[in-house]
Amino acid sequence: MLTAGGDGSVNHLVIIPVLLPLVIGSLLLLVGRSRLPLQRRINAAACLLLLFSAAALVSLSGTGVHLLYALGNWPAPHGIILVVDRLSGLMLLLTSLVALASLARAVDRRIDEQGPYFHALFQFQLMGLNGAFLTGDLFNLFVFFEVLLIASYGLLLHGGGPARHRAGLHYVVLNVAGSALFLIAIGILYGLTGTLNMAELAARVAAAGPQDAGLLRAGALLLLVVFGLKAALLPLYMWLPEAYRRTSAAVAALFAIMTKVGAYAIVRMFTLVFPPQAGDMAGPAHAWLLPLALATLAVGALGVLASRDLRRLLAYFVVVSVGTLLTAVGLFSSAGLSAALVYLIHSTLITAAFFLVADMVDEQRGSLNMREAMPVAQPLLLGTLFFAAAVALAGLPPLSGFLGKFMILQAAGDSVATVWVWAIVLATSLLGIVALGRAGSALLWKTGSGQPAGPATGVVSSLPALLLLACGALVVVFAGPVTEYTEAAARQLMDPDRYVESVLMGPGRGPGGGA
Amino acid sequence: MEALFAVIIGLLVACGVYLLLRARSFPVVLGLTLLSYAVNLFLFAMGRLSVNHPAVISEDAGAYADPLPQALVLTAIVIGFGMTAFTVVLALRAQGDTGSDHVDGRG
Repeated sequence: MLTAGGDGSVNHLVIIPVLLPLVIGSLLLLVGRSRLPLQRRINAAACLLLLFSAAALVSLSGTGVHLLYALGNWPAPHGIILVVDRLSGLMLLLTSLVALASLARAVDRRIDEQGPYFHALFQFQLMGLNGAFLTGDLFNLFVFFEVLLIASYGLLLHGGGPARHRAGLHYVVLNVAGSALFLIAIGILYGLTGTLNMAELAARVAAAGPQDAGLLRAGALLLLVVFGLKAALLPLYMWLPEAYRRTSAAVAALFAIMTKVGAYAIVRMFTLVFPPQAGDMAGPAHAWLLPLALATLAVGALGVLASRDLRRLLAYFVVVSVGTLLTAVGLFSSAGLSAALVYLIHSTLITAAFFLVADMVDEQRGSLNMREAMPVAQPLLLGTLFFAAAVALAGLPPLSGFLGKFMILQAAGDSVATVWVWAIVLATSLLGIVALGRAGSALLWKTGSGQPAGPATGVVSSLPALLLLACGALVVVFAGPVTEYTEAAARQLMDPDRYVESVLMGPGRGPGGGA
Repeated sequence: MEALFAVIIGLLVACGVYLLLRARSFPVVLGLTLLSYAVNLFLFAMGRLSVNHPAVISEDAGAYADPLPQALVLTAIVIGFGMTAFTVVLALRAQGDTGSDHVDGRG
């Protein structure tokens, strides 16, 4: 029996976000393809359960403790340990929200009828994502990265088609090569420190002598490259626009969280294992992140402006949001991280929502190309949704993008790079507004006469997008509690000693341990 | 032994990267395979190279081989193998769709 834990009992809720999708995903493999309605119900129920468990974990981690779960009751650092802090809790909640909306849209558009195993892959995708956010072990992080990548290959290619296969091939080959680099980095760090547990790794890196500094630096920079590839940081973002453009909209919406996994891993690694105060051990990784992020932002904004297709434009907006997010992270201050988290919540929700809105426009208009085409069947509904999503995404008040960008500008105020951050963030925001304004008027106003390509879909179809937009609006309405939470999360991240202490003194070490 | 091992890993990586940068999908797959071989060997060597050291506890052993890298390599091999198979299938599908094995679908 598992009875370990510093305070007496294990909270099995911690493993639910990994275990539930695993069980449900395997179950869905067994449910035949002919019973699609059953598959849909099971998947939706599982997503709802995940949402509740993530919400419970957020409220538990909100007290500031690190919730720990030692797998098989092996105490850290010998066994794999799952850790929930405020950041992980937040990521879990975002994942389940986006998943719910994405699933609803996929079912509404009957994407799951285009091939078998959509629902199983969907659950395995969630398992990989949740596991990556939860794990406290570097090799386990690699394994969960692979789980989420393998599932994402399947989802990306679901439905098939030449363009999708070609974009998919690039995505797969790049990520497999990235995984090889990840393993090399893990090998270097293990060879030097003899551990893979992130907390113990942090302690050993802090205590490492100067003779190991060169290899540690190499390991840290390799990790930055790998996570930069997943996050689509310049110059490793090339795979993203085509992949996100060619896949189905519901999957693209789910993938809004995928680049955030890379960003999450960067935050975790470079605040915990290689904190800014480690200085020389992490090499120039901290110094490079800010310029790279700003360059990503600038290039992404140019891509947005050059796009003649709404899906491509949105894919470049994913690059822009990664650039903005990592700019805030690259400040490596408490205020910067807090701003980054607010922006992360905003950009995940709104980008996903926009992919869904774009899909509705596509359905009714027949094309997302900005040439003259047929009018949409529901101009008022789609126009309003488009306008709301565009205002939020561009960062105009009063919606969530404004809050996130405002906090980033404020956080950059006392950094050495203030001028650069302000100039690039503001200039790219302007480019974004121009591009979105042009896209909106071209798609919804510049219409020929004739019948819409698709029928009016009813308000029900817009519910997934509405859900995400409403959550984005709630971030602004409850800006007080949200920023309180992100500030607390940022303080928690800037205090890696607490993390190390609670993990190494955690489950299995308490009086009830070693059952 | 270390020098030979390092040279072999370096050679595998060099060939792997070279093939990975080719424009046809089959060399790319081969490149990925070579790269994953190199990575597996590298991970294996992280437990330090030793001869005749048991990994499992025995009574007359003075020193042990580090069992953890071996477990890691096993995981990496399984994942790498699966990924290679997947890439091959995907490359074949892309070729079937576009009638060309160019990675960008050109002729």
